[in-house]
Amino acid sequence: MLPALVFTIVITQVPFLVSIYYSFTNLKDRTQSLIPEPTRFVGIDNYKAIFNDAFFRQAMWTSVKMTVLAVVLSLIFGTLFAMLLDRTFFGQGIVRTLLITPFLLMPVVAALIWKQQMFSSLFGILDKVLAFVGLNSVAWISDHPLGSIVTVLVWQWTPFMMLIMLAGLQSQPSDILEAAGVDGATPLGIFRQLTLPHLRRYLELGALLGSIYIVQAFDLIDVMTGGGPGSTNVPYFVYQESIGGGFRYGSASAYAIVVVIFSIVIATFSLRVLSGLLKDEERA
Amino acid sequence: MIRRARRGSRLGVGESRATVIALGIAAWVIGMLWIFPVAWTVLTSFKTEQDASAQTLHQGLTVARYSDVSHSTEGTLSLATAFTNSLIIVLVSTTIVMLLALPAAYALAIRRVPKWRDVLFFFISTKFLPIVASIFPIYVYAQKWNLIGTRTILIVLYIAINLPLAIWMTRSFFSEVPRELIEAAEIDGTSLFNQLRSVILPIAAPGIAATALLCLIFAWNEYFYAIQLNFAGASTMPQWVIGNVSTRGNFLAKLSAASIIACLPVILAGWAAQKRMIRGLSMGALK
Repeated sequence: MLPALVFTIVITQVPFLVSIYYSFTNLKDRTQSLIPEPTRFVGIDNYKAIFNDAFFRQAMWTSVKMTVLAVVLSLIFGTLFAMLLDRTFFGQGIVRTLLITPFLLMPVVAALIWKQQMFSSLFGILDKVLAFVGLNSVAWISDHPLGSIVTVLVWQWTPFMMLIMLAGLQSQPSDILEAAGVDGATPLGIFRQLTLPHLRRYLELGALLGSIYIVQAFDLIDVMTGGGPGSTNVPYFVYQESIGGGFRYGSASAYAIVVVIFSIVIATFSLRVLSGLLKDEERA
Repeated sequence: MIRRARRGSRLGVGESRATVIALGIAAWVIGMLWIFPVAWTVLTSFKTEQDASAQTLHQGLTVARYSDVSHSTEGTLSLATAFTNSLIIVLVSTTIVMLLALPAAYALAIRRVPKWRDVLFFFISTKFLPIVASIFPIYVYAQKWNLIGTRTILIVLYIAINLPLAIWMTRSFFSEVPRELIEAAEIDGTSLFNQLRSVILPIAAPGIAATALLCLIFAWNEYFYAIQLNFAGASTMPQWVIGNVSTRGNFLAKLSAASIIACLPVILAGWAAQKRMIRGLSMGALK
């Protein structure tokens, strides 16, 4: 265990500590900034600036909306699709294969497919469909940046949620369900009383893993909108502030630290969910 | 009613035949809908550029775009280079991840080292740390040590992003191994290495394979670190795909062909291992 622990600490925790140090300085990239100035200690100036930064607040809000919408929608779709797939019908395996494919795509490719082929006003399929039914074309990405990105996120993450929920459904003991059926329970009643409580832990797991990855979404935004109002989430904001053009590592680090504090709050909550999972295991 | 429940579905207790058929059709419709953007891209990749831009099909299908993208012009990133870089980075990083994760999982699940739950939490909690929070020091030091634009830096970082997930998943699979088997092996005086090889690994193998596959997918598809730390020199497949977006002229068919080439290895691997992934993603993670 030790090698893994040491490696993780060196690669993730040490840079984080260095980031904390940077956040109290005015460090900039010397080769990139127009006015080179020596790095000096600026105290909490960077942090003061954050509280007056409306763009950062907007990015935080975008992050929250993007993550919550994408996780909730893909969980709902994933559960519904899993229930459809957890029954015998012709070509079950083929349909499952079709459904999981978007999850396997590179996020960059997923973004390009949607941007160039689906949403695009020049070549987009969606506009062709709208024109066919006689509606005006919609500038999907520029008018609805958040909606467009959430659409692609949901498209990619629904299969992942579906796989988790499918495992949950398949682990459900079928004799209980049959007994309930014999006793005259309605399908809806069975779902509410038996299936949903059984799936709770799987829903929690899906939500947890989904948010870990979706909150960090970067590729989609970079390829589809390149930032801009309504679609710049926090990772993208910090990126623009630093290596994406600003090269102000000091202040960017301060932003990152604020994000970490927020993440810790969310993570504590999620870890409580995890610890619930582990406790269950101990009882079992 | 019971007979139908068994033949039909787990949820389908008391459903009529019409409902069963209707829901089967619904599943097919959703499957088609979900695959549509991918299927359309496959179709586009076989078109001429004119047909691709107009979303028409007047000039028939051709594989010419595939040969276009695999013969790049001088001075740009070639498919062969990007593919080699990706392959090396992905294979080396995943191998090291598994070599680090297996002993760690053993200590956490079977040895049950003191405070094993805290250690596990620590590993998972590193995934909550936004990548942006650690990128600047990494960037600054990578520059200092001349690691920018090398495979080494990406290998190191991909190990870091995949290790927590790998430990989490392999730990779950290890804890599924019956304790009696391990105790019996211990009484027989089997060495640690032989215990791992002959008792634990055979049982946990499917789960370990699923874990490794997931690490391969995440590393193959990774983009943020790749463009930040690796814009020159050791570029990977996502960067090669992006390189096919052109500001001049039609590029849709070429881009589609490039996308398909870049995703095909992972898609095929995922298709082959989908049942295992269902287990690996959740059953193991909850046990």
